[in-house]
Amino acid sequence: MIEVKNLKKSFGEVTVLFDISANFFPGKCNLIIGSSGSGKTVLQKCIVGLFKPTSGDILYQGKSILGMDTQERKLLRQEIGMLFQGSALFDSMTVQQNVMFPLDMFTNDSFAKKLKHVNEVLERVNLTGSNKKYPSEISGGMKKRVGIARAVVLNPKYLFCDEPNSGLDPTTSLLIDKLIQDLTREFNTTTIINTHDMNSVMEIGDNILYMYKGYKQWEGNKKEIIYSDDERLNEFIFASEFLQDAKQMRMLEAKQKRKESH
Amino acid sequence: MKLLSHIGLYINTMKGMFTRPENGRMYWKEFMHQCSEIGIGSMPIVLIISVFLGAVMTVQTAYQLVSNLIPLSTIAVVVRDSMLLELSPTIICIVLSGVAGGKIASELGNMRISEQIDALEIMGINTKAYLIAPKIVASMIMVPALVILSVVVALWGGRMAGAATGIIDPETYDRGLAEGFKSLNVIVTLSKAFTFSILLSSISAYFGYNVKGGALEIGRSSTLAVVVSCITILLFDYILTFLLLNP
Repeated sequence: MIEVKNLKKSFGEVTVLFDISANFFPGKCNLIIGSSGSGKTVLQKCIVGLFKPTSGDILYQGKSILGMDTQERKLLRQEIGMLFQGSALFDSMTVQQNVMFPLDMFTNDSFAKKLKHVNEVLERVNLTGSNKKYPSEISGGMKKRVGIARAVVLNPKYLFCDEPNSGLDPTTSLLIDKLIQDLTREFNTTTIINTHDMNSVMEIGDNILYMYKGYKQWEGNKKEIIYSDDERLNEFIFASEFLQDAKQMRMLEAKQKRKESH
Repeated sequence: MKLLSHIGLYINTMKGMFTRPENGRMYWKEFMHQCSEIGIGSMPIVLIISVFLGAVMTVQTAYQLVSNLIPLSTIAVVVRDSMLLELSPTIICIVLSGVAGGKIASELGNMRISEQIDALEIMGINTKAYLIAPKIVASMIMVPALVILSVVVALWGGRMAGAATGIIDPETYDRGLAEGFKSLNVIVTLSKAFTFSILLSSISAYFGYNVKGGALEIGRSSTLAVVVSCITILLFDYILTFLLLNP
């Protein structure tokens, strides 16, 4: 489990995160949602250790990341996998080399064993046969899947995904969401996903944290979010006209159910 | 103030390289890759520049030595010592700061902007050690080798130009090359090449590694890396010449 306690982050005189406290659970897809500029990415980068918080604490299995020495932090990071918004694949390496890179760096396995493992992971993300392609030769959705493959190849305890659906069509987005959810369940990973994609929220949101201008505005799950009476959250999730209609339909349904139960 | 903060960050970046490698084999692979990139990649331009430098030096020295009292072999002596003491180490390192240094800065800058450095950090890899150190060590080996190669090729270029223009015949030129040879000159060449190699690779790596912004900033940081490397090389050229050749 990852615990965030009273986290504050400032860049110079600009404060981006204000007193954030949250828990992220293993085996669940923990979503951080919010509009652009709400502080999702900064929060995730603080949790993962790329940014040092101005104040507050982050605990991995009860141990503070801020109190760890370099070696402990290095070991912790080997248990973390991360999918970046732009995939962050190594341009000069093929798909196979990208996925094999963590194995090359942290294991002493033979090439044949590593290749077998890479092929298994690539098969898991539906990328069989793409081993020899370079990142410039594959689509955005494939890049994301290679990023996921690289992130999970060492079976991490913690998986971080920064806007995994950005720039993808709805079908590919669903595939990516499903893949992340399956991997989370299968390996009991503590998965933290930054997104502002409402389809993802409704598909995989086991635990949802809504951020508004650097504050934690709301916390709940996908069943609760639709019936929330938080105005700011409602503005965010029912932003489109289509969803306004959906909200009204949901409210009518809820009313109907209440009547029936009486 | 800005200069001081750059110097502080530069020292910090360089200090961060000194940790135990996560996997020696991967670091060795990266080092060999950089040797090939810096050494083999820059060789054609070094060869072309050196041939012409030697040729021009021969013709120009002959033009300036108008007295019949000075033997023709002096042309080869002047070309040899000029190439060894100044032209090969300084000109070649300035060219390399553009060719190899610019490449180092833009490669690291691109990795920073596209979050590839963050991806490596997340994996638990010391990116300063993995990305910067092999480049500097490869430079320290390949740049002096390129400078020595440059001296040899420039002397050959001078010999060819002398023979082609009829200024000096190859036998006289060869005799001149052996005349009054001081091994100190080679030590000066290697000292300069070694120092400049560290400067050009570390300065370029610093500007690339710490780039902030987007594609435009990668270009800016590469240009800045080349400009700062050139100025620093010229400054250290003067300091080393003063220290090593001051009578």
